[in-house]
Amino acid sequence: MSTDHHSLVAHQFDDAEQQQEAATLGMWAFLITEILFFGGLILAYTIFRNKYPGAFQAGSHELNVALGGANTAILIFSSFTMAMAVHYAQLGKQKLVFWFMVGTLAFGSAFLGVKVYEYNDKIVHHHVPGPNFEYHGEFANEVNPRNVELFFFLYFAMTGVHAVHMIVGAGVLIWLMFKVRAGAFSQAYYAPVEMFGLYWHFVDIVWIFLYPLLYLIGRHT
Amino acid sequence: METTSSSLPLADKPKPNYLTASYGIKSWLLTLDHKRIGILYIITLTTFFMMGGVYAALIRLELLTPAGDLLSSEAYNRTFTGHGVLMVFFVLVPLIPATMGNFLLPLMIGARDVAFPRLNLLSWYLLVIGGLTAASALLTGGVDTGWTFYAPLSSRYANGAVLVAIVGAFIAGFSSILTGLNFVITIHKMRAPGLTWFRLPLMVWAIYATSLIQVLATPVVAITLTLLALERLFGVGIFDPALGGDPILFEHMFWFYSHPVVYIMILPAFGVMSEVISCFSKKAIFGYRIIAYSSLAIAALGFIVWGHHMFVSGQSAYLGLVFSLLTMLIAVPTAIKIFGWLATMWGGSVELATPMLYAMGFIGLFTIGGLTGLFLAAMGLDVHVHDTYFIVAHFHYVMVGSAIMGYMSALHFWWPKMFGRMYPKTLAKVAAVLVFVGFNLTFFPQFVVGYLGMPRRYHFYPPEFQIYNVFSTAGAMVLGIAYLLPLLYFPYSLFKGEKVGANPWGAKGLEWETASPPPTENFEFTPVVTEEAYAYAKEGEPVVH
Repeated sequence: MSTDHHSLVAHQFDDAEQQQEAATLGMWAFLITEILFFGGLILAYTIFRNKYPGAFQAGSHELNVALGGANTAILIFSSFTMAMAVHYAQLGKQKLVFWFMVGTLAFGSAFLGVKVYEYNDKIVHHHVPGPNFEYHGEFANEVNPRNVELFFFLYFAMTGVHAVHMIVGAGVLIWLMFKVRAGAFSQAYYAPVEMFGLYWHFVDIVWIFLYPLLYLIGRHT
Repeated sequence: METTSSSLPLADKPKPNYLTASYGIKSWLLTLDHKRIGILYIITLTTFFMMGGVYAALIRLELLTPAGDLLSSEAYNRTFTGHGVLMVFFVLVPLIPATMGNFLLPLMIGARDVAFPRLNLLSWYLLVIGGLTAASALLTGGVDTGWTFYAPLSSRYANGAVLVAIVGAFIAGFSSILTGLNFVITIHKMRAPGLTWFRLPLMVWAIYATSLIQVLATPVVAITLTLLALERLFGVGIFDPALGGDPILFEHMFWFYSHPVVYIMILPAFGVMSEVISCFSKKAIFGYRIIAYSSLAIAALGFIVWGHHMFVSGQSAYLGLVFSLLTMLIAVPTAIKIFGWLATMWGGSVELATPMLYAMGFIGLFTIGGLTGLFLAAMGLDVHVHDTYFIVAHFHYVMVGSAIMGYMSALHFWWPKMFGRMYPKTLAKVAAVLVFVGFNLTFFPQFVVGYLGMPRRYHFYPPEFQIYNVFSTAGAMVLGIAYLLPLLYFPYSLFKGEKVGANPWGAKGLEWETASPPPTENFEFTPVVTEEAYAYAKEGEPVVH
């Protein structure tokens, strides 16, 4: 709408370079807002981890490290395929861009599938915070179940907000794949692919923090 | 690249401007033109302001007598909450950036539009959706938590549509983030050739500092409200002590946003002051760089003073000490601005036009609001006046006295630019004086009655406080009339106002070099800036009127 059909530069910009710079800076600024958004959750986690270390370890013990680890690997692979998609977008090889996007979508979906399985496991074991919450784990005599519930509240809040970002990302990715198929991008214009790459890597990095915070810290005790 | 021409061809045939470029409701609701979006914001915020004003009127009527006779306690709680939620989230936060900022920013930097016009329109829709959501909460049962939504009151005990109101505020938050983000990128990347950072109008510096706060602080309140909503929805959470949570954590996270938000309201008004005062003193601003830097200093310091809202909440007294000191520090950049404006007026040829009257009123009210802020930063005194009308008076002096005065000044200053017509000047001056008188009559007695011990948020009070409340209510009526006058003469001026040229005030700045109203593309040619900002009355150059 705002773009002139004869040129890829929107009317408010003087040239493609200005447009590209604005888009990049805009995306980084957006990612900073995302950091602050997740920052609130990590702050809450930090405070309650300090307040109830035993309960948090007990809660952490109930998580499946192997699945979490597998998901971490899956996400790192998806970041790799996305980086390759951006790389080939720079070279203007649209076919490869498309197929690496397919790979990214596949890995992203696999991550969400594993997540669904894990959530289901928590539901089955009554680990979802709320009236049906129960904790009968091996530390049941040492910790207040209320505080374990707090751990699971943060677990669901943090991984849930992360999963929402994954789902939004997958939606945008599918839209971009249609655009690639329609020949919307070229060596001269591929900013949306690159911007989406930044977003996807960011969502991965968030998980790189969530995984140790929720699954790993203090497990051995 | 074409070069500039400082006077644009107005004389020939009337060229289409942004108002006449297209017609019909669709051309407005789907517009990507920053100027039209600015107008949409003005209409939206005026509507919310009037809704909030109705609540204010109810509050003042109830407080006319010591007995709680007009509203029940529950209804009164819902009334002041409705007033606070609407006025803070849906009027004051977006007020100057979304209306004036949207209209003026691209004009001031010589750009054709903001960097992301579609995002800009989305911001407006988000504000409307958020506002309607919150309004529906207020109308269907209301909210009785106060605008601060303190947990666990809001999560466990409060009745009413708290959840819906939270969702409304959450959505409006994203409007604010996107506007801020858009402006930051626009200022970084869209400036006209020759317009270096230190040639920017101070209004742009102020909007830049504001936008940084919007981008950095708003996400935190978004996640806070999300957690609060989850806690209320599922009865589990992290703020309710009965669930093992920590209510002070909510206060920390809430004020981490909601203190900087005060600077979101006031910084753009500071920007307006710099424009208006230099124009009507016909003098370059005194201390350009230090005023520019002080905007950034206020934005930065604003992030580390939130704890002064929590002196009596149970946070560590040592922490309180640090917050107290930091809060007092913020008075330094603020005072620098005030002295800068006074020094600008000193020796200038001051013209008491309507925008200038509002600007001078702003200085008066903001000085009182700011200085009483210093009282409150002192922990000992704060314990005495905490939760009294002293606080109510203080933040109304800062948020209403100053932010709304700044907005009114801006509206009267740039109105001829926006619509190419002048409002009735005498009537406008009368309104400006009435606002100042009515405001002081409303809120100054509240300092006194607060200091004497009248608590906020009660609808009955000891009879000895009645005289102050009668003054307050009388003042509110004057203020109400003063705010209604522009609602009459501005629409009138659209049709009957005297037509004006590109620069009716003889002001400096790129926005005055294009036609009034500006064409959709803002400038015929991309302007090239060759002089500093506020280059008023150079030698050998007569002042242009």
